[in-house]
Amino acid sequence: MPADQLTPAIRLRITFEKNESMRFTSHLDLHRAWERTVRRAGLPLAYSHGFNPRPKLNLASALPLGFTSDCELIDIWLESKIPVEDIKSALESAQPPGLKILDIEVIRLDAPKLQKQIQSSEFLITILDFIPDLANQLKTLLEADSIIRTRRGKDYDLRNLIEDVSYLSTNDESHQQFSLLLKTQANATGRPDEVLAELDIPIQTAKIKRTQIFLNNN
Amino acid sequence: MELTKLSPVEIQKRLQSILPRVQKPGRYTGGELNQIVKNWEETPTRVALVFPDIYDLGMSNLGLAILYDLINQRHDALAERVFSPWLDMETAMREAGLPLYSLETKHSLLDFDIIGFSLPYETLYTNTLNILDLGNVPKLSRDRAPDDPLVIAGGHATYNPEPMYQFIDAFVIGEGEDVIHEIIETYQEWKGRSRSRNGLLLALAKIWGVYVPSLYEAKYGEGGTFKHLVKLHNEAPVSVTKRIVPKLPTPTTRFIVPYIDTVHNRIPIEIMRGCTRGCRFCHAGIVTRPVRERTVDEITSAIESALRYTGFDEIGLLSLSSSDYTNIVDLVHQVSERYKSNHLSISLPSLRIESVSVDLMNAIQRPRRGGFTLAPEAATEKMRQIINKPVSTAQLLDTAREIYSRGWTTIKLYFMVGHPLENLEDVQAIADLCKAVRAEGRKVIGKKTRVHAGVSTFVPKPHTPFQWVACDTVDQINIKLNLLKRELRTPGIKLTWNNPEETMLEAWLSRGDRRLSDVVFHAWKRGAKFDAWQDQLNFQAWMDAFNWVGLEPAFFTHRHRPLDEVFPWDHINTTVHKKFLVEDYQWSTRAETRVDCRDQCFACGILPTFADLRRQNPGKVWQCPDVKSKRPRSKNEFISLESVIDAS
Repeated sequence: MPADQLTPAIRLRITFEKNESMRFTSHLDLHRAWERTVRRAGLPLAYSHGFNPRPKLNLASALPLGFTSDCELIDIWLESKIPVEDIKSALESAQPPGLKILDIEVIRLDAPKLQKQIQSSEFLITILDFIPDLANQLKTLLEADSIIRTRRGKDYDLRNLIEDVSYLSTNDESHQQFSLLLKTQANATGRPDEVLAELDIPIQTAKIKRTQIFLNNN
Repeated sequence: MELTKLSPVEIQKRLQSILPRVQKPGRYTGGELNQIVKNWEETPTRVALVFPDIYDLGMSNLGLAILYDLINQRHDALAERVFSPWLDMETAMREAGLPLYSLETKHSLLDFDIIGFSLPYETLYTNTLNILDLGNVPKLSRDRAPDDPLVIAGGHATYNPEPMYQFIDAFVIGEGEDVIHEIIETYQEWKGRSRSRNGLLLALAKIWGVYVPSLYEAKYGEGGTFKHLVKLHNEAPVSVTKRIVPKLPTPTTRFIVPYIDTVHNRIPIEIMRGCTRGCRFCHAGIVTRPVRERTVDEITSAIESALRYTGFDEIGLLSLSSSDYTNIVDLVHQVSERYKSNHLSISLPSLRIESVSVDLMNAIQRPRRGGFTLAPEAATEKMRQIINKPVSTAQLLDTAREIYSRGWTTIKLYFMVGHPLENLEDVQAIADLCKAVRAEGRKVIGKKTRVHAGVSTFVPKPHTPFQWVACDTVDQINIKLNLLKRELRTPGIKLTWNNPEETMLEAWLSRGDRRLSDVVFHAWKRGAKFDAWQDQLNFQAWMDAFNWVGLEPAFFTHRHRPLDEVFPWDHINTTVHKKFLVEDYQWSTRAETRVDCRDQCFACGILPTFADLRRQNPGKVWQCPDVKSKRPRSKNEFISLESVIDAS
């Protein structure tokens, strides 16, 4: 059978860090960066069939521009079975400075798509310009019944997308932090920058990192 | 806010608050795979390599990538990248008092020893000034103090350096691979012992291929025509011969891999430098002589190595005329066989209009992405003889039919209007030819047939056989374009064209003299920048600048120049003799053509000048005939006698 007709032999789920040097790389460009990483690693990336074959890579959920993360997920399909340790070392030697592979597991070829499994995301917000009553503001936010905001011309209830908020540190000016647990589902994805906007915190005065992605178990 | 000299730490800090607010912030961060960061404190000579447009374009510039690689291989020098910030970023930087900085270590431009600009085309000139301004570097060469960076520039536009003479301390004329080392070494020697900037400039002027404009003064005759340059220093050479590398070096393969989308996301491998075709409008075809080829083995191993370093999925096999590379069929087959399971795409620009080209593209392009490009440049056989691109209309239509029958649905045809001796019938013929190509397509694939006509305007370039001719006026261009717009408003044909105002700008600057540097300066002061961007070109700023300086723009563009006129670029010696250009121009007026110079040497001047280099590099490395005779040459071998200027 010609090489481009091969069926994938193995599916990997990779947990990785997207760090400071790649925080301004978009979802599409991140996809491309992964494609190149696999090519540099010399691994046999599987391609879709058809007139215009595309590499089989699938990122869990778009991380907005400017955010970092230490828990991103990607599924990658390869055309031949290779021991995971070999895959890991090949990818590690090929990863760009902005990506760091944390974990690789082999999953069933027919496991559901990441987008179907993802439920919610936890974000860590670090405030650069000290806000005196931040803890109170967060409490008010959580106590609200609904928070109607407009995004791209549509009204929606931000409160519905917030699962939890917790203030993490006391009055240490350099490390004022809070965590946000937001829904991350098709048509129901909470954006941390929308929460910041609701709190009147300018985006450039905060650092946002995704710290956990929660998947359902089916 | 006044731009100040900030430390990298402070620059980094201010960037934090700016970047989240600008478009595509990934342009301004650096940190990509294969970026080279050296120890700043421990590296004696620091070079900023600048492409004066945005990151997205600059990262696709092969020349800069080569120099970056070469300089960083030295233990005693480092190179870092600098690009133009886009408008929103420039505003944010000026508000925050942030000077222009390098992507690698965030040092401000003023911290570098040498600033090297890549100037492949003239519409980057105002951006060059803007970059110096954003970096707090004095814009005028004469205002720079010994501690200020040395500002150099190279690239095809600098074959007429005069319109930029006030801003650039030294120009590199020709190929940079060898000369960059000599410039760095000369700089280091000077820094070790002297503090006089003039001493540095004089030392640089002694390097083959380096032109220092401040060592000369321009004189003009009656009517404002350039008369000659006067040497201001005894040791200044009377002319500057372009630099070449006798043999193309091993290709650069460790390319930086951008984190964001850029104009070309591919590995560029230059397979050949120069072109033997002799199209009379073509500047590159003259200045890049002699033709030198890389071997198939060199190219394939470079591809292998670059794929490992970058992971790109596209290779661009670059040259001025891919079909003319001696072993093109062999190369294309080797590469497509070797990587057929890797989903690698290969691009092959500038193919000749013949069926072999269709075979080549057939081997590499599956599926048929985009269209198939052909560049007849003119639509009548007579006009193609005038410009020396003699291909018959029958051959063009045969090739078009072949292309459509092999599965492509779109053919892109590139033409120019404004060729010498062109009349409206020749322009009408462009429309007719597009329709004839469409008719060929319809015979084979019916209504799916698409023709895309790209029409630009001819700009006479210095050092070419057409350097004497007048450029069309905006009115003339508009009459021609309007005719085409009217004629080609028809199903299956799409027409695109260049803004005639941008053409004017290119035309003034291409054949301008030193006085134009004042125009460049004042246009920039009036807000001109990103002139190469159709939506940014500020034509009024340029007209106002001409007015302020007191020059007539038409003098530089619409005047037919007499054959005995001395040109402001005559002291720049491309080694193609002026008498060869005169003869070729005269042939053009009689529609006489020259064959490919691989088939017959026309003694353009390359070989007499570079006879020794040719003798040292015999055989297939060059496409010029071998030089057998052994004549000892004097030390002044690179000074051409024809372009001697009045040094009295």
